[in-house]
Amino acid sequence: MTDMVLETVARIIIPFIQLFGAYVLMHGHLTPGGGFSGGTIIGASLILYSMVFRFSPRKHRIEHDTSLLFEAGGAILYILMGLLGILFSKSFLTNRGIFPLGVPGELISGGMIVVITLGIGMKVAGTVITLFQELLEGGGEHHGHN
Amino acid sequence: MRIFLSTVILLAISALLIFAVAEMPAFGEGAALAHEGIMPKFVREAQFDTGANNVIAAIILDYRAYDTLGEATVLFVAVVAVSAMLTKGHIK
Repeated sequence: MTDMVLETVARIIIPFIQLFGAYVLMHGHLTPGGGFSGGTIIGASLILYSMVFRFSPRKHRIEHDTSLLFEAGGAILYILMGLLGILFSKSFLTNRGIFPLGVPGELISGGMIVVITLGIGMKVAGTVITLFQELLEGGGEHHGHN
Repeated sequence: MRIFLSTVILLAISALLIFAVAEMPAFGEGAALAHEGIMPKFVREAQFDTGANNVIAAIILDYRAYDTLGEATVLFVAVVAVSAMLTKGHIK
């Protein structure tokens, strides 16, 4: 069962939601917002996509492996940023002294805060869409040697 | 008996909370404890320390970055738990 109105509206509105989410993510160190809120906005757009195109003939869903990649990738990015501090013989998750801080107020400033915000955004978006799809479909198949 | 007991416990907890609220400083008072500790340092030096204009981002992702890593871990554990509960098929 497909609904033309629903699909058309979703097709128009999803890029704008994702653009807004990317804006909130990228400006997390400048304006209110940040990793958690931006990631939730992008995750909400993915939920909308997954809901609207659920019954269309072609397979339209975010694969479990893809969302898992985002999920784990965000966490690993975060931890790698922290380990860089140890590499330069400072404490874990050090910002000042390792990363160039830039001019406050510009888009590229704040050192590791920008990178960590992106990592958290990836992670939260992956979490939201994974939880939604798993609860909707009763979980994915167990792939592995059975 | 059960109703009497729960009423007594409720009243005791309410009294405790009311006394706690009565001790709190008035709203907007400048001399409140929350305004005296580390808060002025954050407001003054966060931009210099982190290069970020958003002081909240500076606190949760720089000063308290370790805590935020824990929060991200909570999300990860939630997803792992849901996957473990809902995965179809049996795992040998």
